[in-house]
Amino acid sequence: MTLKEVVNNVASMPASKDAVVDIKNLSLTFQTADGPVYALSDVDLTINEGDFVSFIGPSGCGKTTLLRVIADLERATGGDISINGVSPEQARENRAYGYVFQAPALLPWRSIERNVTLPLEIMEISKEERIKRAHDALKLVELNGFEKKFPWQLSGGMQQRASIARALSFDADLLLMDEPFGALDEIVRDHLNEQLLKLWARTNKTVAFVTHSIPEAVYLSTKIVVMSPRPGRIIDVIETDFPRDRSLDIRETPEFLEIAHRVREGLRAGHSNDE
Amino acid sequence: MNQMKLDKFCLVGAIAALLALIFPLAGVDLDTGKQVAFVGDIPGLAIAMALCVIAGAAFTWIGVRSVLSGTVLLAVAVFGCWQAVSTLYDHGVAGYAGTGFWLFIISLWAFVWRGIDVIANYRSLETAKQQTANVIVPVAFGMWLLFVWEVLVAGFGVPQVLLPPPSMIGVRFVTSTDVMAADFYQTFVKAVLSGYVLGCGSAFVMAIAVDRVPFLKRGLLPLGNMVSALPIIGVAPIMVMWFGFDWQSKAAVIVIMTFFPMLVNTVTGLNAAGKLERDLMATYASGYWSTLFRLRLPAAMPFVFNALKINSTLALIGAIVAEFFGTPIVGMGFRISTEVGRMNIDMVWAEIALAALAGTAFYGAVAYIERKATSWHPSFRVRRH
Repeated sequence: MTLKEVVNNVASMPASKDAVVDIKNLSLTFQTADGPVYALSDVDLTINEGDFVSFIGPSGCGKTTLLRVIADLERATGGDISINGVSPEQARENRAYGYVFQAPALLPWRSIERNVTLPLEIMEISKEERIKRAHDALKLVELNGFEKKFPWQLSGGMQQRASIARALSFDADLLLMDEPFGALDEIVRDHLNEQLLKLWARTNKTVAFVTHSIPEAVYLSTKIVVMSPRPGRIIDVIETDFPRDRSLDIRETPEFLEIAHRVREGLRAGHSNDE
Repeated sequence: MNQMKLDKFCLVGAIAALLALIFPLAGVDLDTGKQVAFVGDIPGLAIAMALCVIAGAAFTWIGVRSVLSGTVLLAVAVFGCWQAVSTLYDHGVAGYAGTGFWLFIISLWAFVWRGIDVIANYRSLETAKQQTANVIVPVAFGMWLLFVWEVLVAGFGVPQVLLPPPSMIGVRFVTSTDVMAADFYQTFVKAVLSGYVLGCGSAFVMAIAVDRVPFLKRGLLPLGNMVSALPIIGVAPIMVMWFGFDWQSKAAVIVIMTFFPMLVNTVTGLNAAGKLERDLMATYASGYWSTLFRLRLPAAMPFVFNALKINSTLALIGAIVAEFFGTPIVGMGFRISTEVGRMNIDMVWAEIALAALAGTAFYGAVAYIERKATSWHPSFRVRRH
């Protein structure tokens, strides 16, 4: 297998029919007391159904901002964006996505089970159904048996798994994850990455995943979006074709290392731009 | 085991008790020119002093290490305290206490200190035992303070108008329960509770409105600040003119006093939920009320309870002070102001004790509810694995 077969640049590919997220010429400028900050500029991106897309780049490159624009937690100041063919606001109202934050953000006065049922409660789903779905979601992240515990009685890794269960509980097709494992140690992180991949392979969800770890991005993704700061923009989009049920062992293969190399080159090029 | 380190407190106790046996117990009666009393004539006191010498000497060598030895020490001290009080009142030493007597009190002080110290340092994993120890310490210490008060007032013969002994206050308290109950009902049940509920309740609702409507936040909060700075002494007579002599005017004063702490704390509390949690609710397209009840109010609870606790003591102060400015002939503040004029200082103290008890119980009740309602908060967390 050559590098060309494994990787092909798709930045200019037209949006296909089953695009979940379609972004064209998007820009976002924050007005601050020190003048405008160009958080995102000229972003074009298509995320197709079933994709696992990683956003990677140095701090301040706008990767989290881009995810927040998709989630309608920030509003773009220019360009077009549609989620499932509708505006981000409409998509949010439709509860089209589950969002996993950098921190678990579990409510300390609710047990793990009641944290997982929180979105279901807001969506006015019946109590029996809520408990059943919480049970299933907790099973997916291997937290069954911890339903009655409170968040502060769990370790950091378990808390983050609970927050993933919460995002899964209402079965949105799109999963937005903002450095969910950033604060965890390497071993726990590997384990959670494996679990996440299994989950993705089984459920055919679309995942958008922000990270600043190159191995994590390459291991998890079908598509890697390399970003660069000031102004935040996409400088490379790399597609990989590792099998969906990949194992941690692929990290030793030459293909993996080549893609990682290309990502690193992209990050380096982005850095030299603003010096 | 190296036990050669002497227990200093027990040593002081033993030596003081020994000296107490030697020095004169009481002063000289100016009329007769004779000493009022001798240790030899009071067998109970003599035995107590001897016990203190023996126990003090013994524990100086053995050391006070277990709760049992601490309890023995305390038992000796309690017997001594009883004999000291009995000497004052039954043997005419009141007002004539001499060097020997005070040395004995010093000896008792050393034993009580050491005994309470042992129990205060008691650590047990069994909750029931630990809680018992936690209760015993402040109770024993409080009783010791009452004893010292009693002995100092009686021993030096302090005039009752300046400071009555606690026993006299206690007797007055017990014999005038009917008056006190009426006062309590008037001041606490009618004025304090209604004013508290009205003040805290309206401030809570107002805080939610202030949080929702920006112009209220800009306009009302500074005004509320000004109201809270009003001197209660100035407001109380006006409230009496507006709302009459009965409890309603006192409740109005309490509403003014409690409103602002509750308002400010609740407004702060409503902003206590983190940005991350708010974003989380936004991703679920949660509406204003849903977010309010599921996220912001629970997050505000520690702040709300803070205000409830502050207000529980403010409310009682407000009611008592307001009663100084006109009231029907019942109520704790009314009783204090009139009995001071009639030099019935023991009644004043009895009312003060009642106010302290009611205030403590009220605060304790709010704190208990807080503990149950916000058991998730870091300050109350119990790790249950």
